[in-house]
Amino acid sequence: MYDLKNVTKRYTRGKETVHALDGVDLTIGDGDRLVIQGPTGGGKSTLLQMLGGLDRPTSGEVVLDGTDLATLGEARLTRVRSENIGFVFQSFNLIPTLTAQENVETALVPLGIKARERRELAADALNSVGLGERLGHLPSEMSGGQQQRVAIARALVKRPKVLLADEPTGNLDEGMRDEIMDVLERLWQEHGLTFVMVTHDSALAKKAPRLVTIRKGKITVKENAGA
Amino acid sequence: MFFTYLRRELRRRRKAALVVASGLALGIALVIVVNSVANGMGKAQDKVLQSLYGLGTDMTVTKAATPAAAGGQQPRFQFGARGEGDKTTQSSDRVRVQGFTTLASSTVDKVAGQQGVAAAAGGLNLSVVKVSGTFTRGQFQQGGGADGFRRGGASGGPQGEVKGGGADFGINQYSVYGTDVTRTGLGPLTSSKITGGRGFKTTETNAKVAVADSAYAKEKKYKVGSTVTIKGTAYKVIGIATADSGDSAADLYIPLKQAQTLADEKDKVTTIYVRATDSQRIDTVKSAIQKNVSGTTVTTSSDLAKTVSGSLSTASSLATDVGKWLSIAVLVAAFLVAGLLTSSAVSRRVREFGTLKALGWKSGRVTRQVVGEAVVNGLVGGVLGIALGLAGAYVVTAISPTLTAQLGASGGGFGGDRPGGGTFGGAGGAGFGGPGRQAAKSLEIALTAPVSVTTIALAVCLAVAGGLIAGAFGGWRASRLRPADALRRVE
Repeated sequence: MYDLKNVTKRYTRGKETVHALDGVDLTIGDGDRLVIQGPTGGGKSTLLQMLGGLDRPTSGEVVLDGTDLATLGEARLTRVRSENIGFVFQSFNLIPTLTAQENVETALVPLGIKARERRELAADALNSVGLGERLGHLPSEMSGGQQQRVAIARALVKRPKVLLADEPTGNLDEGMRDEIMDVLERLWQEHGLTFVMVTHDSALAKKAPRLVTIRKGKITVKENAGA
Repeated sequence: MFFTYLRRELRRRRKAALVVASGLALGIALVIVVNSVANGMGKAQDKVLQSLYGLGTDMTVTKAATPAAAGGQQPRFQFGARGEGDKTTQSSDRVRVQGFTTLASSTVDKVAGQQGVAAAAGGLNLSVVKVSGTFTRGQFQQGGGADGFRRGGASGGPQGEVKGGGADFGINQYSVYGTDVTRTGLGPLTSSKITGGRGFKTTETNAKVAVADSAYAKEKKYKVGSTVTIKGTAYKVIGIATADSGDSAADLYIPLKQAQTLADEKDKVTTIYVRATDSQRIDTVKSAIQKNVSGTTVTTSSDLAKTVSGSLSTASSLATDVGKWLSIAVLVAAFLVAGLLTSSAVSRRVREFGTLKALGWKSGRVTRQVVGEAVVNGLVGGVLGIALGLAGAYVVTAISPTLTAQLGASGGGFGGDRPGGGTFGGAGGAGFGGPGRQAAKSLEIALTAPVSVTTIALAVCLAVAGGLIAGAFGGWRASRLRPADALRRVE
């Protein structure tokens, strides 16, 4: 699935150069579930963005199924994102003026699927996360947990190969956190996709089969056989 | 999805949308009002110019001015006292060509043959001065007073003085236009309506018939059937013509050949009236005539309009200059404000657009969404602006301010100068007096503000352009967003 080779990402802030990623080598297999953990500013989100083709490394290779995302043109990179990668964000990132169903549909728009089919697929996806009764609700009419479930439905409606989640429970209380994690784990198992999640939450990290800890741009990988 | 998203966004940001639309509406309304007032000015000027040109004439061709021609010759009248006590009325009239310059009649066909010319007709403008009155011989009386006219003086001959005698002459000056009766659709007579009798027949190319201007006919008490004598030739008045607006071009209209005979200008015309096939190509036709028919001066309506002065001219300048620049300034400001507000709206939606890009939306799709919203804003502004502009134009038309137009005598070769009458008498001197029509014309025209379809089309184009410009600001910004940067942003 993923093969990261000596990936480096540097940012310049004034006169200071920040090494967000510093020679990262990482392999992620098909269907793997991986948690990335580390202190704030350690490079977690940057690594996730590299995996998602949202950003390009300063040097190194980010190979997804044999294609180096670092060297792909913008149009092809956009296509890879639209077909293969689902994102779940900490702040849900739903379009405030669109209903739950329409928000889910936005992930299908780039695939050229016709409106009627889009609506059906979006309704199915929302049903699968327990929001079949909330299709016509705006984000502002839903709780944080419900909004995040809409975001999960949006990420999975196109049947991606990879699900990338950036602190998906970061804005939720403990009860909601468990609910969302249950949904994510269930869908990961049902869809057989590769799931990479960034989290601050140690409790969630302990449950992950593979834990990547990142500090000052350098990673350490820990296998958790018991998870 | 495009329209759903667009509609919801506009509803969510309706206040900002209304600000953008209002700015554009103001600019568009101003353009409509200025354009319609300018149209009204144009129509007012057309009315003024019609009184000189007649309907359907796009330009006139006259002989190019030469220094010799400009000097001209003033008519001379010679009267002398006849026998003692003779009080017979003496009369003399002079017919002269107005402007003293003529073109050969063949020039009419030459002009008619030029590309872009639909029709051409020649005419001869004449000015007739008739002086009539009596001249009484004075009586010489011997042994007169010291104040008298002395004869002999130092020679010691018989002394005496001339008493009595003098002159009492009236002057009648009027204009005559020799019209081509075979081409009645062109020329100054078209700006008048036949309100009595009839107009010329095409067969009356050399008939001794005349059409009198209603004002002149009233002054001289001419009626249909009356006889007018010009330089000894009697013409039967067959019709009375009333000018549509302002003064008429001439006092009497007679067939061209008759006018040429009167002025002793065989096969000559003073003015050729030209109608172009396409009113948009008048300048091209003008150039063609000037190039191919040498020794001519071509005057178009717009050339003639430059001679119009008075409040019409002032208002016209205001509408075309101040109004135009004010409209442009307001439009530019409205476009800029719309652009900046759209760009600012994009800034507030950075994370939204970043998310869509992360989901695989191409930059073009995001840009189209932004431009679409801006164009709808522009169209809303256009609708508001058109409504506001129509209301403004309606108010101008309802008020109908009166404008005065003054025309220079040189315009188009028509002067219409006709001093009413004058006397000179007494033994000691002579002087012209009496009321007379001035060389310049003064007309009062009510201003209207007609809104043309072109103006509405222009308003719609401006609305779309405003939307596109605003959208370009925002779209450019949205297209440059990198999803990683957008998602990193905390709102």
